[in-house]
Amino acid sequence: MNTLIELNNIAKTFDDQQVLKGINLKIYENEFLTLLGPSGCGKTTTLRIIAGFDEPDCGELLFGGIEISKLPPYKREVNTVFQKYALFPHLDVFENIAFGLNIKKTEKTVVKQKVERMLELVGLSGFEKRDVTSLSGGQQQRVAIARALINEPKVLLLDEPLGALDAKLRKEMQFELKKIQKEVGITFIYVTHDQEEALSMSDTVVVMNDGYIQQIGTPTDVYNEPENRFVASFIGESNIIEGIMIRDCLVSFDDFEFECVDKGFKDNEEVEVVLRPEDIDIVSPEGAKLTGTVESVVFKGVHYEIMVKSTYRSYMIHTTDFCEEGKMVGLSFGPEDIHVMWKMV
Amino acid sequence: MKRLAKISMGFYVVLCFAFFYLPIFITMIFSFNSSKSLTKFTGFSFKWYQELINNQEIMSAVWVSVSVAILATAISTILGTITAIGLTRHRKLVKEWLLNVNNIPIMNPEIVTAIGLMLLFTAMRIDKGYVTMLLAHISFCTPYVITSVYPKVRSLDNNIANAAMDLGATPWQALRKVIIPMIKPGIYAGVLLAFTMSFDDFVISYFVSGNGVMNISMIVYNMTKRTNPTINALSTIVILVIFIAVAVVNIVPILKRKKVTVHEKNN
Amino acid sequence: MRYFKKLVRPYIVWSAVVIIIPLLMMLLYAFTNSGNSLINIQFTFENFKRFAEPVYLNVFLKSLKLGILTVAICLVLGYALAYIIAQFKESTQNVLILLVTVPMWINMLLRTYAWISILSDNGLLNALLSKLGLGPVSMMYTDFAVMIGQVCDFLPFMIIPIHTSLSKMDKSFIEASYDLGANPIQTFFKVVFKLSIPGVLNGVIMVFLLSISTFVIPKLLGGGQYVLMGNLIESQFVSVGDWNFGSAISIILAAIILFAIRWMKKVDAADN
Repeated sequence: MNTLIELNNIAKTFDDQQVLKGINLKIYENEFLTLLGPSGCGKTTTLRIIAGFDEPDCGELLFGGIEISKLPPYKREVNTVFQKYALFPHLDVFENIAFGLNIKKTEKTVVKQKVERMLELVGLSGFEKRDVTSLSGGQQQRVAIARALINEPKVLLLDEPLGALDAKLRKEMQFELKKIQKEVGITFIYVTHDQEEALSMSDTVVVMNDGYIQQIGTPTDVYNEPENRFVASFIGESNIIEGIMIRDCLVSFDDFEFECVDKGFKDNEEVEVVLRPEDIDIVSPEGAKLTGTVESVVFKGVHYEIMVKSTYRSYMIHTTDFCEEGKMVGLSFGPEDIHVMWKMV
Repeated sequence: MKRLAKISMGFYVVLCFAFFYLPIFITMIFSFNSSKSLTKFTGFSFKWYQELINNQEIMSAVWVSVSVAILATAISTILGTITAIGLTRHRKLVKEWLLNVNNIPIMNPEIVTAIGLMLLFTAMRIDKGYVTMLLAHISFCTPYVITSVYPKVRSLDNNIANAAMDLGATPWQALRKVIIPMIKPGIYAGVLLAFTMSFDDFVISYFVSGNGVMNISMIVYNMTKRTNPTINALSTIVILVIFIAVAVVNIVPILKRKKVTVHEKNN
Repeated sequence: MRYFKKLVRPYIVWSAVVIIIPLLMMLLYAFTNSGNSLINIQFTFENFKRFAEPVYLNVFLKSLKLGILTVAICLVLGYALAYIIAQFKESTQNVLILLVTVPMWINMLLRTYAWISILSDNGLLNALLSKLGLGPVSMMYTDFAVMIGQVCDFLPFMIIPIHTSLSKMDKSFIEASYDLGANPIQTFFKVVFKLSIPGVLNGVIMVFLLSISTFVIPKLLGGGQYVLMGNLIESQFVSVGDWNFGSAISIILAAIILFAIRWMKKVDAADN
């Protein structure tokens, strides 16, 4: 895959507050990349810098190898779907979608054809003359996507586009966005704070916090191999335990030594261990290294969330098997279920 | 009891409106009087209108009032609108400071504003006359345009202009095709306010004008020593123009709305 | 964010020249006594001291009295009308409020001029009175004439803000008040009036500002010897030529208005 956009050491400060503290990121052709992080982490600012609404204080922004950080938004080959859609209320659906083409003085018949094709793509055929303010949130969303895509950008930027929709509609739109991305075959850069959304749609997830990139990887990578405590706790639920890496493939925590698959740490280095709740099995206490009593059992729809109190901490376990409160149990997990991370300083 | 209350309330409303409109109607009626009398209607005639048209002094004042109002409105609308748009892009400090300065001419007594401008023009050695009147009118109309446009700009989605530029519009095109159409109601309100403020102004014009350049208010002020029915004729024309303007401004939107609903029904 | 920021630049320059500089010049004139040449300029409080002389102080008190009286009359008449208008159904309310605003669009000089022909000795009102056998009453050039003119011109400025705050008022407050056992009069004073205070304050400020600084209405309906603050300022600049004293009075007038606004805002804040 070819690199399309490259951010090198991008930093940005607003009103004495440093929002981006040196962002390095490569974005490839045709990929669905998600910037994921809590609010205030700098993900939207990164997007706005790529779109050209904000200028970075320093660093390079390369688009196809050419520096564009000073290029105004109207000269960039990217288009944006805004958080609250930013549709033009004084124009109807057709005029909104045709806006970009009309600016370029495209021929009327071509405009009409293209708008119709776009409306078909987003499933709004026949809505041409409708007033955009009369549309539902989901329909406005589709108009916003069509309005951006009609300009045939190389990259589509989406700033929390599903934030204003209800849960059910959001699921539908996630699926649809992915479908549209495959159909048009361009890069999507998607900003969200919703980890589930990020994991289910993306090719690449970029986890951000506090103006820094915490981890870049596939959804499976960031879930299974979080690089630090922030990523582990932000994405999915996890038991994070402080431990000591005795040597390669052997880690010690809670007074026991466990075999694992992680390598590359110094001997006896302090580390943090992630155990995902669904990777822990509840077994009988005999023969188990870790034991404890069941503190609480909460039914979560598909699974039970069970808290087990052991000597040093409570472990969270997700399982489909019911377990009685107050019962003594053992906890079991295999070497591949243990994930060792660098300790955050 | 309730009936009585209702009747007395209605009576009070009628009385109040009579108080507002009686002078206006009397002016209009006596502008068609054939004699100079203000108490006896001696017969219908267009005599005073004839005299009005032939009165060079009044006609040039009408010209001054109308042309100053049009120019001042146009300039202050443009100045006020771009300022209001730019203002929303600034930090709180700049915003508050400029809006406070902008409020000074609105809250200050007109006579104080007038004196200030007179001192300014004298110090700058600009000859008092048409130009000083125009400059003064621009300076007191612009704050009203800003106060009526600014809230509209502020209520826009921050990303509206960005969206336009993202789709390939230059900043100028974004302004023309998106921002201005969206804040039109505010701009219209500003235009209306600026025009009437300018057209009605007496105090400021009185202090900053000179060399025989007078607007309608100034000429009326100079003519009150003797009763002059030509002024009644002038009043009548002004009143009619305003009534028509108010009617158009208020009825056109209603008609438009009706047309839209009819249109929708036909679809 | 980086676009359109520059659009405010022309107005920053413009407002500095036509708003800030004139005020500074007025201050300069008010605190000096050198006449119009800058060479032998001298700092002084003389202009303000002069204002304390009985002649001028009387003008000030008369202006204040007339201003307060105008505000009081406008408040009573205007509140009643605004209240009645607010009782109608919405479309009627809109028409009535429009009718209140229309006279405001008409040149104030022309409207005041119309009153001359009604109030003068051989005017319409006297013709009517003499028919009733009440003989001619001299009304022009009296407090009465000035008051009529002022109230007629300024009343809309009182009605509109009061009506706005009354029409915005949630009807359930009134129902709640009745529900809790208040009679209509108690309800009006304890609920309706209280809730309309922001509108009342706005109206009071507007009318006070207009009436204390006017010099046209007193001059046309009150005659040449009828001197208020506005007329005093005018004469300093137009006939007497003492710009320093005139500037000082202007500053005092502006300060009074400023304090009135501050005070009203405080009342409003304390009330909430």
